[in-house]
Amino acid sequence: MANKYVGQRVKRTEDPRLIKGLAHYVDDIGLPGTLHVAFVRSMYAHAKITGIDTSVALATPGVVAIYTGADIGDKIGPVPCAGALPDLKVPDHRVLAKDKVYFMGHPIVAVVATDRYVARDACEQIIVDYDELPVVTDVEAAAAGGPVIHDGFGDNIAYRLTSGEGDIDAAFSAADRTVKQRVLHQRLAPIAMEPRGVLARYFPGEEELTLWSSTQIPHLMRTQVALMIGIPENKLRVITPEVGGGFGSKLNVYAEEALLGWISMQLGKPVKWIETRRENIQATIHGRGQIGDVEIGFKNDGTITGLRYSVFADLGAYHQLLTPAIPTLTGLMLSGAYKIPAIQMNITACFTNKMATDAYRGAGRPEATYIVERALDLVALDLGIDPTEVRRKNFPASNEFPFHTATGLDYDSGDYEGALDKAQQIAGYAKLREDQKKAREEGRLIGIGVSTYVEICALGPSQAMPAGGWESATVRIEPTGKVTVLTGASPHGQGQETSFAQIAADELGVNINDVTVIHGDTGVVQYGIGTFGSRATAVGGTAVFVAIQKLKEKADKIAAHMLQADATRLSFEGGKYSLQKTAAAAATGVSEPVVPVGQAPAGALPEPDVEGRSSVSIQEIALAAHIAKDLPPDTEPGLSATYFFEPKNFTFPFGTHIAVVEVDRETGDIEFLRYVAVDDCGRVINPLLVDGQVHGGIVQSIGQALFEEVVYNEDGQLVTGTLMDYAVPRASHVPNFELDRTETPTPVNPLGVKGVGEAGTIGATPAIVGAVIDALAPFGVKHLDMPIKPENIWRVIKGH
Amino acid sequence: MKKTINLNVNGVSHSDEVEPRMLLVHYLRDVLELTGTHVGCETSLCGACTVMLDGQAVKSCTMFAVQADGSSVTTIEGFAKNGELHPVQEGFWERHGLQCGYCTPGMIVAAAQLLDRNANPSREDICHGLEGNLCRCTGYQHIIEAVEYAAKKAAGGSQ
Repeated sequence: MANKYVGQRVKRTEDPRLIKGLAHYVDDIGLPGTLHVAFVRSMYAHAKITGIDTSVALATPGVVAIYTGADIGDKIGPVPCAGALPDLKVPDHRVLAKDKVYFMGHPIVAVVATDRYVARDACEQIIVDYDELPVVTDVEAAAAGGPVIHDGFGDNIAYRLTSGEGDIDAAFSAADRTVKQRVLHQRLAPIAMEPRGVLARYFPGEEELTLWSSTQIPHLMRTQVALMIGIPENKLRVITPEVGGGFGSKLNVYAEEALLGWISMQLGKPVKWIETRRENIQATIHGRGQIGDVEIGFKNDGTITGLRYSVFADLGAYHQLLTPAIPTLTGLMLSGAYKIPAIQMNITACFTNKMATDAYRGAGRPEATYIVERALDLVALDLGIDPTEVRRKNFPASNEFPFHTATGLDYDSGDYEGALDKAQQIAGYAKLREDQKKAREEGRLIGIGVSTYVEICALGPSQAMPAGGWESATVRIEPTGKVTVLTGASPHGQGQETSFAQIAADELGVNINDVTVIHGDTGVVQYGIGTFGSRATAVGGTAVFVAIQKLKEKADKIAAHMLQADATRLSFEGGKYSLQKTAAAAATGVSEPVVPVGQAPAGALPEPDVEGRSSVSIQEIALAAHIAKDLPPDTEPGLSATYFFEPKNFTFPFGTHIAVVEVDRETGDIEFLRYVAVDDCGRVINPLLVDGQVHGGIVQSIGQALFEEVVYNEDGQLVTGTLMDYAVPRASHVPNFELDRTETPTPVNPLGVKGVGEAGTIGATPAIVGAVIDALAPFGVKHLDMPIKPENIWRVIKGH
Repeated sequence: MKKTINLNVNGVSHSDEVEPRMLLVHYLRDVLELTGTHVGCETSLCGACTVMLDGQAVKSCTMFAVQADGSSVTTIEGFAKNGELHPVQEGFWERHGLQCGYCTPGMIVAAAQLLDRNANPSREDICHGLEGNLCRCTGYQHIIEAVEYAAKKAAGGSQ
């Protein structure tokens, strides 16, 4: 198939509505008579609720209803957790706190009022009496004993898990040397620019509930919320309008989503809740939150013999959807891009009086990459060799794929050396090192950091997923020749309305403007898993691709019937089936709709007339299939196909990132001098979108490496509760990126696509931290924990 | 208790009775149903709510509607004229300056303001001009390129 669109920098079809301010996010949808919900949330991290007085609030004009945990009782089921692990402790997580609160921001009371100002006023009138309880915020303290957060569990350890393959003791015995480092992965707040929000409308006559929610997983949410509030799943419709970013924070089913649906059912009115930013930082999941020790054994020539990572995972007070599973993803990726004969991970996952951690862009894998890459840097430092040398020494060669790791994975394909070569060449690595040497002689602090990462994407085979890992697509050619693509993926900024249209337009030989991609509506798309884990294009795009092949199998037969030819003699080019490959068909490139808008005769559709012709367009075939007056025997009318694609493996994109920074001796400030990224995400559908994904991911890495940190004080008070205190990178913080790619298609799907959504947050953090630490090498610095703020650097330089 | 305010928004005169505490952004969104202006932080830190008020880019989430009485406001919905995109809008489309699109209206308003003040900005000028606007998706590089595109376009240059 000739590619007119795939591989091109096609401008996004979703953009016009967004740049004109005409798109609709949840809060932009107004329904007549909508009531507004606001929450009273705990101001304490751990306390017993001794009384709630709602009387004054209830008497406030405009207040319609008030609900407490006692009012809800068991009417709404627990907030779901899908992370099934052996002997996992699962606290009873209700939508509103009952007797106790477990973290600052824990919802206690829901107030429903005629407008959002009144609802918030009424919250101020509600008096909650608390008896404070001892607070546990430090994860290692939580593991060690002391106050128990959830009565009945005996301790704060949610689970312990040891994973990995190979004889780890033998691996360390075989090592000439070892290095060990304690490493922190601080808690981060995802900060999607659109906070969460829900609009729920119950139709009492139809007994149907519609939830508009800012989520990444409309179908999974429908199943879970239906179970929570006891409405038949087929009476619940979840619609995701525009979603203003997710990064994993909306890969969840939250208390508010179920509660709003339930309230709408009680009141028979539309109800809306839009999260404030303060609520967003308190009560939307956090990411990362691990502290542990990595130990790596190696030979004098740099060959790695084994790696051990013992980690405390800070889960927070409750499990959200995937909370306990995230640290296990770290364990999967501890081999990085290297041949490591034995790997062991020991997880101690603990409850703390904080918001739950869960999937934030990368979800456990950035932690793994950071651990492995930091360890490799330490090995290089220990041996006095260049960090690229120790990496090359341990890469599997490109002919060693599929490559089995001691974490139990089989990497699909890769050429790690190729990406490193290219990045070094673009960066002018040898010259950079020379320049660095000269600069050091002049007293300047220049550092170069290298990360040769591999990530796990296209989540994933259903065997490895809690609720299915496939993705669905339906492709339909309408009677008028327009192409409709329904996808179960639920993109929220990634641009699949465009990239899936590129695939469909090329495969069907039609104009991209004749393709519409529909997603995020359980009433329209039969089922889907969603957009997360860099899966939408690799899994969902493949479903689209295969559905089209199915559709074409049927079109082949109808074409043969219409042209009265043998199907094997027909060629398909430019959207047309031809008896021979005609120059004319190939030259026009795309077929056009048979029934141009505005010119269609009223009523009856025209029957395609192919009498005496040697070609027929796919759109004429669709019309013929729809009119169904003259189809081959036993042919179902209509031209559509549905496919559920089940991937047989994950995909493993990889790449090399090189960061060059200069540290200011006086202020500790960090300036980026260069940033080179060579990523390999397999086949690229739209380079423009891939660049955008990489840029965004790297900047979230810059945030983690240098700025961002969710801080709770010892009382469990959230200190970084607004965007004043939580430092998200701004335009002036980012370097001018130099991006390039290598392209190693995956054999896992027919598109060859691997996924790229998380590459930046996985690959970049170690390069940036490595660069800063390298800049500080003259001070004997081998490691600093993130975020590396100017203050930390200033202390190193000044010896404080 | 309510107060009458008169505003011109995107070239249309409006007269409405509002509570004195109503924020300008809620007036635009809830009363005038111009929902292109977004709320991202309620504290003036993210810039999603940026609108043009008498030629100045302001954060409409920390201003009362009554403070805008007598003013002329341009929201994102007023940027395209006669079906023609504003050069900044065009730049954002051409250079993939948006992903989820939530910060985009505020970014476009802030970018238009910076180009009003400096028709030929350097990368540093652009970053400084966008200091008050957060984007979590794009990593800013394509936004910066979008503004550069718009500057060239406005100057009549070809891309």
